[in-house]
Amino acid sequence: MDVTLIINFTYIISCILFAFGLKMLGSPVTARKGNFLSMVGMLLAVVVTLFSKGILSYQWILLGIFLGASAGIFTAYRAAMTQMPETIALLHGFGGLASLLVDWSAYHNHPTTDPIITVSIFLSILIGGVTFTGSCIAWGKLSERIPGKSIKFPGMQFLNIGILIALLIGGVLFISNPLGSYPVFLTILILSFVFGVFLVIPIGGADMPVVISVLNSYSGLVACTTGFVIHNTVLIVVGALVGANGIILSIIMCKAMNRSLTNVLFGGFAAEVKKKGSAEKKEAKSISLEDAYLILEAAKSVVVVPGYGLAVAQAQHAVRELSEFLEKNGCEVRFAIHPVAGRMPGHMNVLLAEANISYDQLIEMEEINPMLDTVDVAIVIGANDVVNPAAEHDKTSPIYGMPIIEVYKAKTVFVLKRSMAPGFAGVENELFYNENTLMVFGDAKQSLQGLVAEFKSALV
Amino acid sequence: MDLMYLLMILALSVFLGFVMISRVPPLLHTPLMSEANAISGITLVGALIAAGSDVDSGFSIFLGTAAVALATYNVVGGYLITEKMLKMFKKKV
Repeated sequence: MDVTLIINFTYIISCILFAFGLKMLGSPVTARKGNFLSMVGMLLAVVVTLFSKGILSYQWILLGIFLGASAGIFTAYRAAMTQMPETIALLHGFGGLASLLVDWSAYHNHPTTDPIITVSIFLSILIGGVTFTGSCIAWGKLSERIPGKSIKFPGMQFLNIGILIALLIGGVLFISNPLGSYPVFLTILILSFVFGVFLVIPIGGADMPVVISVLNSYSGLVACTTGFVIHNTVLIVVGALVGANGIILSIIMCKAMNRSLTNVLFGGFAAEVKKKGSAEKKEAKSISLEDAYLILEAAKSVVVVPGYGLAVAQAQHAVRELSEFLEKNGCEVRFAIHPVAGRMPGHMNVLLAEANISYDQLIEMEEINPMLDTVDVAIVIGANDVVNPAAEHDKTSPIYGMPIIEVYKAKTVFVLKRSMAPGFAGVENELFYNENTLMVFGDAKQSLQGLVAEFKSALV
Repeated sequence: MDLMYLLMILALSVFLGFVMISRVPPLLHTPLMSEANAISGITLVGALIAAGSDVDSGFSIFLGTAAVALATYNVVGGYLITEKMLKMFKKKV
């Protein structure tokens, strides 16, 4: 039988396995099976490709696979759950770069005038380059190797527009004369790298969930365009699946911030932050750990609202310990998770799952909001903008319209926080001044451990 | 015609992607993303052909080998990290 036929048939099976794998990730019960199916699909696709007629020597392939696999195993083994955002960002980048190199190699070996291939090469280099450097910057910001804040300089917009125009001109030159345009090709490559840096560097830390989702989508798109370059259908299918996945996540993240994708990627809050002339200086009430313990001890239901601060303080294990003591005390404990809490989609869920918190205790925002007025104590840990009631009624607030977790409805609200500093959006949080809000100042982890100690000493 | 055929595959795959993924609960957004990331390493298939084709150009072999290494990293790292995360999602019995 024809080898090509067998290869293509196997690719179809792989695609089905990938699609089912993603589908099964929709429930924690089937998710691991889904991941396994997906791995089988990948293994099939790779093994069958090794028999393709185009492959004549294996030594370089083996070297590449050995290097990549050992680095991959090392990374996966080493990566702690708190480092997931930057690890995933880095993987996006390398995926994008891999596709880019495949296209480069295709162009280097067999330059062609076929317009479909040429256009696809141009798009691949552009998207692949942006994905690579953009992901590297995201990785740097998330791992705090470079400042997480928005970095801007005067004239940046003009520079970006200039680069974009240069890229378009380069694209036209390249597509009209692909055979004699190696220098143009290299220029496009370098400009794409630069463009990726400038696209991500002005975006602040709290917008990272969107950035990671967009980069996820790009890493799919570049696989897709590479599929057009080398005429490989499995790349097109998988690229489209991943692209769709990234787009869906980006849309969910944007909706959860009530902002448009363009606003997140190109706007930022900088222009909107203004001094609010709040003449009345209200006083926030603070509470000692001993008193906080007494309130918790009497509580029948508690909702914990985690934010990025929980990840920074590495307080996930301390909060699990506290929740165990509360449950022993006959109290119902739930965790309310805002879609954009943390630095990537689903960040808080992973963190709390790591601390061994049962996933049926992790409740989505829409589900918890109607129940909050029956809750005795809401504990806000390292979250700020996602619980700010100004988002609901203050039209002048930059975060107006963003859906929030309505903790102010709870009978008592504890806010675990280092100081009164405003959140990422630079907005004062009026929740802190509410009648039923009590501030617990200090490091979140230490405060939680203090509360746990109170429970312990009460037991003996 | 070839282009039309490839575009058809693209259109159907995008549709399939939206149908398959749009219902994933926020609980699993991170594993979903890292899973998608792992399968985007399918570009490895293209990289294998680039690294294995017997061309004279050393630079071309270098490009192919680097692509194989990066794509393998993406695939192996992506799947293992997904597995590592999914293992932690437990329900109290």
